[in-house]
Amino acid sequence: MLAYLARRLIQAALILLGVSFITFFLLYVLPADPVRQIAGRSATAQTVENIRHQLGLDQPFVVQYWRYLVGLVQGDMGRSYLQKTDVATLIMARLPATLLLMLGAIVAELVIGLTLGIIAAIRRGGALDQTLMITSFVAVSAPQFVVGLLLLYVFAVKLSWFPIGGYGSFSNLVLPALTLGIMGSGWYSRMMRSSMIDVLRSDYIRTARAKGLRRSRVLVLHAMPNAILPIIAMIGIDIGIFMSGIVVVESVFGWPGIGQLAWQAIQRVDIPIIMGVTLVSACAIVLGNLIADMITPFIDPRIKLR
Amino acid sequence: MNQNPTVESGAVSAPDAAPTVLEVSGLTISVRAEGVERALVNDLSFTLARGETIAIAGESGSGKSLTSLAIMGLLPPPALRVSAGSITLNGTDLTALPETKMRAIRGDRIAMIFQEPMTSLNPVLSIGLQLTEAIRAHEPVSKSEAATRALEALKAVRISEPERRMTQYPHELSGGMRQRVMIAMALALRPDVLIADEPTTALDVTVQREVLDLLRDLQREMGTAIILITHDMGVVAEMAERVIVMQQGRAVEQGAVNDIFATPRAQYTRDLLAAVPRMGDGSGADFSEPQTDTVARLRDVQVRFDIRGGILSRVTHRVHAVENVSFDIRAGETFSLVGESGCGKSTIAKALVGLVPHQGRIEVAGHTLGGLNGKDMKALRRDVQIVFQDPMAALDPRMRVGDLVAEPLVIHAIATPEQRRARVAELFERVGLTPDQLDRYPHEFSGGQRQRICIARALALQPKLIIADESVSALDVSVQARVLDLLEALKGEFGIAYLFISHDMAVVENISDRVAVMYMGQIVEMGTRAQIFGDPRHSYTKRLMAAVPVPDPTYSRPPVARLASEIPSPIYKLGASPARMALRNVGNGHLVADALVGG
Repeated sequence: MLAYLARRLIQAALILLGVSFITFFLLYVLPADPVRQIAGRSATAQTVENIRHQLGLDQPFVVQYWRYLVGLVQGDMGRSYLQKTDVATLIMARLPATLLLMLGAIVAELVIGLTLGIIAAIRRGGALDQTLMITSFVAVSAPQFVVGLLLLYVFAVKLSWFPIGGYGSFSNLVLPALTLGIMGSGWYSRMMRSSMIDVLRSDYIRTARAKGLRRSRVLVLHAMPNAILPIIAMIGIDIGIFMSGIVVVESVFGWPGIGQLAWQAIQRVDIPIIMGVTLVSACAIVLGNLIADMITPFIDPRIKLR
Repeated sequence: MNQNPTVESGAVSAPDAAPTVLEVSGLTISVRAEGVERALVNDLSFTLARGETIAIAGESGSGKSLTSLAIMGLLPPPALRVSAGSITLNGTDLTALPETKMRAIRGDRIAMIFQEPMTSLNPVLSIGLQLTEAIRAHEPVSKSEAATRALEALKAVRISEPERRMTQYPHELSGGMRQRVMIAMALALRPDVLIADEPTTALDVTVQREVLDLLRDLQREMGTAIILITHDMGVVAEMAERVIVMQQGRAVEQGAVNDIFATPRAQYTRDLLAAVPRMGDGSGADFSEPQTDTVARLRDVQVRFDIRGGILSRVTHRVHAVENVSFDIRAGETFSLVGESGCGKSTIAKALVGLVPHQGRIEVAGHTLGGLNGKDMKALRRDVQIVFQDPMAALDPRMRVGDLVAEPLVIHAIATPEQRRARVAELFERVGLTPDQLDRYPHEFSGGQRQRICIARALALQPKLIIADESVSALDVSVQARVLDLLEALKGEFGIAYLFISHDMAVVENISDRVAVMYMGQIVEMGTRAQIFGDPRHSYTKRLMAAVPVPDPTYSRPPVARLASEIPSPIYKLGASPARMALRNVGNGHLVADALVGG
């Protein structure tokens, strides 16, 4: 177990190194010039050169990347070009909000997706099954900004059940979390349905029924843990998908997370922030996958981590 | 039932005097597809007395398993249903019972064990939980009381270390142990009727022997009536007092086992009994003249698989799948490898075609394996073909069968498309299919026909050696007999040699020229068919043969010491190795290992 964890953490470090290199390289070859953004349109060529020199942007790529890495290892993610603040400070201030939003979205998509998937599997072929599967298809296909605006219009504007925006209480969280999780819930309901149908056909379910167990016990104790196994691995991947979603969702709901920070930084070519947010995202994805893999052995005794 | 009458007081009296527990009358099971209802089981009637065993025998599609599911009330709705007739248990008609009432009977008064012990237990729940929940579903006992009862049940099925098994999970148990757990689960509540649906089909022959003995002993103790569903006439002869022979949903014959085996009246029963491969004493001349040409030569072949562990994933243990195996396959002969699962027989087949890396020397058709370049490897593969166990899995479902058979010719760039098509049509006729079937897909054929397609594909390149890895094991006996005849005929015609891999001793005796018996990756005995079956020397060979059920109800089995031990694991720590068994010539090339194996 510990050996497994150690190996996974080494892997994680290598992944992060790779991500940092690729992102840094892409930003380096980007035609947009951050110095122009900082200096403004009216700046003289001399001013521009001075700023470029100050920021070290006149150095060759290898030197720039090496300096960044050295800083990173010491916990220094650099300073924002425009906000003149440490990137770490900026991200740490906003990270809790984003993590909360993601957690809410995971809970929402699992609860909705798994429940509907199980119902559809039990009522397989019936009208309810078909309705649910069409609904899930719509959920998967709908763009997040549309879903977000729709939810805002119905539940915040018309029904006034939830606030339109803001941050701080549970009722603030509901609509953004739903918006972020709705696509996943569509996926999960479909996956859970087919996984559950496979499991319900299996020999051990027949054995459980032959024992004379109640239907509810057969479903909850015998079928569900087996059906959920292939889905757990997906939760880790979801965090990656969420990363692209939060930029939209945080904008629609005015949620003070790193999605908004990233959006502003991209518009202004604020390279240290873009790097920081990308690395934090990569961390989250790696960690999410690790956690998902660590949960599996608790449900499936056949899986040993080594 | 007449051996060892250790009947406890109040258990079984003579079957004729015993009261009827189950009566099935006029049972018809129908399937509804596209609005049309079709009967899959037709007008089946029988009675079952306390303590009696009735066998329902038949080949696939006979409706025997559907009958058992109908009695359990487990037919999958809404497609399948009992459309006529009744199933009466102790005076109650089960077909009329609502699901809640049926649930109380299921597992309590009627219990069932299934064919596949590997998949019949829930992989994520402990053995203890799965046993106790069966008890608590029917009796209002506390958890600890149920656990005590479950432990008793495990002890009753003679499983080793019953206390430890309670906390283990199914994957930690062997197939034989899992089937014991299934039996413990089924008999824990002392049901009136036990339905055993092919209970030993998936088990090795020595394990089958133990499980059959166990079922008989428990039946004697508890007076349970058993419905034994099986395709194996040997198991029928050994276990049942009466037998129903079913074909395509109808009972073609029903009666006492002795009568049916002695004087079968229905033509189908006669055919079925005639097709059953029987073990003899190896008498009869060996089939072919010994030849000097060698198709394959193996010398000290070893195959080991690494098991890794630790932070750096270093090799810590090795599975010693094949250890120091040497033998020759001569041109035009059938060389058989027999042994139980995990003995390494299929691994040898894979090593022969270069699918797993090996140590030692393997020569096939003049090439030495290992270090071959791509071109030579391709040439080698032309000379060696494999026919696998499951023909459905071995045929790409999205390719036409004609293309499947032509594919080897395409890969080796042989002939023009027209010539290929003519060649494939020829092959089709040779294996007993017609050329107008070339454009169909695999799912349109029966199991036996699919295996013929696989054989045609193997023949396409006119190989020198065909490896038949359990090629007839999944087929019904009547189909099996015809496929074996085909293989025999092709051997003479094309001068092919077979490496025939099987767990079925009777089939091996009927087809082989020479036989090697494998145990734990090593050959323990090797010789001609007559030597092995007429004069088995090694204790393991004898044990294997003694375990085979004999399709003759009058045969009385000599007492054999019961084996308590499971087959040991072939996994060794790095550096450690199993003891090498030296083969000694006991006359005329009959080789026997010195060391005793097992318990």
